[in-house]
Amino acid sequence: MKAQRPRIAVHKFASCDGCQLAFLNAGEALLTLAQRVEILHFAEAGWLDPLAKVDIAFVEGSISAPHDIERIRAVRESAKFLVTIGACATAGGLQALRNGVKEAAGWVADIYASPQYIESLPESRPVSAHVKVDLEIWGCPVTIEQVLGATASLLNGVTPVNPGEPVCVECKRRGHACIMVTQNAPCMGPVTRTGCGALCPGVGRACYGCFGPAELPNAVSMAKHFEQAGLDKREVARRFLFITSAAQPFADVGRHYKENE
Amino acid sequence: MSNRTVNLNVPVLARVEGEGALDLSIANGEIAELRLRIFEPPRLFEKFLEGRSYLEVPDMVARICGICPVAYQISAVQALESVLGIEPTPWIRDMRRLFYCGEWIESHSLHIHLLAAPDFLGFANAIDMAGKYPDIVRRGLKIQEAGNAIISFLGGRSVHPVGVRVGGFWHAPSTAAAAKLLAELEALLPEAEALALWTVSLPLPDETQDFECVSLGHAGEYPITRGSIVSSRGLDIGIAEFDNEFQESHAPHSTALHCHHRGQDYLVGPLARMNLNLDQLPSATRKLLEACGMRFPSFNLFHSIVARALEIHAALVEAIRLLRSYAPTDAPYLEAAPRAGVGFGASEAPRGILWHRYELDGSGSIVSARIVPPTSQNQARIEADLRASLNRFGLDQPEHEIRQHAETVIRNYDPCISCATHFLKLNIKKKA
Repeated sequence: MKAQRPRIAVHKFASCDGCQLAFLNAGEALLTLAQRVEILHFAEAGWLDPLAKVDIAFVEGSISAPHDIERIRAVRESAKFLVTIGACATAGGLQALRNGVKEAAGWVADIYASPQYIESLPESRPVSAHVKVDLEIWGCPVTIEQVLGATASLLNGVTPVNPGEPVCVECKRRGHACIMVTQNAPCMGPVTRTGCGALCPGVGRACYGCFGPAELPNAVSMAKHFEQAGLDKREVARRFLFITSAAQPFADVGRHYKENE
Repeated sequence: MSNRTVNLNVPVLARVEGEGALDLSIANGEIAELRLRIFEPPRLFEKFLEGRSYLEVPDMVARICGICPVAYQISAVQALESVLGIEPTPWIRDMRRLFYCGEWIESHSLHIHLLAAPDFLGFANAIDMAGKYPDIVRRGLKIQEAGNAIISFLGGRSVHPVGVRVGGFWHAPSTAAAAKLLAELEALLPEAEALALWTVSLPLPDETQDFECVSLGHAGEYPITRGSIVSSRGLDIGIAEFDNEFQESHAPHSTALHCHHRGQDYLVGPLARMNLNLDQLPSATRKLLEACGMRFPSFNLFHSIVARALEIHAALVEAIRLLRSYAPTDAPYLEAAPRAGVGFGASEAPRGILWHRYELDGSGSIVSARIVPPTSQNQARIEADLRASLNRFGLDQPEHEIRQHAETVIRNYDPCISCATHFLKLNIKKKA
């Protein structure tokens, strides 16, 4: 007797669609995955059944419009396991730069001639601000290895590996010269979660923190170091307030420097 | 049948990038209302850019679209370099073209196989299609991966690549990496030929419409990274003159702005590019076109899938040419002191012209930013196409068939709704 295959769904909220590409760019592995699981909802790839009961729901994108709140609750109801993929779903994304900004209320009116037709919440927030999340995969974008690795673990009843160590560790493994030491570059590597493969130091540039905060990052000392290295307060603030501006402790450190410039 | 009333609502369009919907009502045998509704929430990128350093722009605008981040980065750096007075070296220009070829190959192959082809062969998705046509889908995924490999060669990764900076690239890849990539691409060329011939064999509807094609045009090259703005009705202007010819307006049903050329809808993207730049195709691609037995210029929108396949081939031929003569450089980027000014950038994203305008202050901070993506330029055309195409298809057809036809028409444009939603400033502040 053939056992029922595990069922998965991929949902999208406010995002660039780049994290769903972890599935669509997977090549042969996409075909293998589709044999091992049953895909019930994945609008960009052609499956539409947003309320179907599934074992794993992957969520891309942040919660940023009123109807998003109802939708994410329904996704939570439908899924045994809810996994956020990427900086938007996990931390509010780049669009969280509007959070806490007074003038942001007027931005919609600046951009659209008929702002009354635009439905938008004042803040862009992570999925975890609204419902319980079982696994958060960081990255802007997440990698194919992260997403398929987590899927394989979950399907086998194993807790997925989700390393929280900083980019520095990966840099050392790869033998990259430290660009903070050799070039005085304002590298976010010491406080940023690994997973990208230390790409930026690998091409000779400072990490800009797109995988979000590492576990137990010393962001306060990092900011002080940037100041000593010659960045002004505004520049320090912008290092922390970028791709994952709503994630702690980046949010607090960034705001502190922004307000005290 | 003629006096029936049909209210067709497609709440979520499948196999498009981003969130869009279609509302259609038919009364007394006529289309009473037709709206391509874009409800992807606005992300307000143009505002986030204000006050950031020009050096941060490439990484920020990449996040507008995960499928075409290269296009955003290249249009942006071009605009910023024009303010700073940086003139890219031949090495930088060549590597940008190579980098961009990767994105065309990736995006076009994804669209052909995962989004569009299932419509023509009667499947709901590419996985079902792979059940009957496994080799076709595998070939498509392989070509898509090769496009991603080109982007990663210069950018480290294919989604939100990290290799680009204002002034050039952060590093020059090694000769060994170039040789490895070249071998992969050369092996793929026959597959790209077979793909183009396969698209011609698809049962594509035969339907011609009258519309203006708009693309970039540049002497001596098929337009990818640069050019002036040209059209099938004789337009030929510099990119800084965009606003004199094209106007954006906000349709209440959409978080994207519509763009018109002197009040008319127009087409951007692969079919428009192909129609306007046939003589610039590499000779190998021209031969392939002849073997396909297709005639361009074509005003059948369904020929877009063939144009996409031919552009994959052309991009592959170009990438191979650029890699064969590849040598690393000690100067992969140029630097310049910041200065105040306004700059424009335009390149051919996989879906069509992507236009940027930035104003910088003397310290290199962004004063204002404006971005016009291809999908908002195509949106009026898509609606006009739907009206014409559905009337021709027959409004008395069964509802599910009308729906399927409408979705096919929309998907054929490869609309990127994530892109279309997020910006487009309507009130341009004009200083007296």
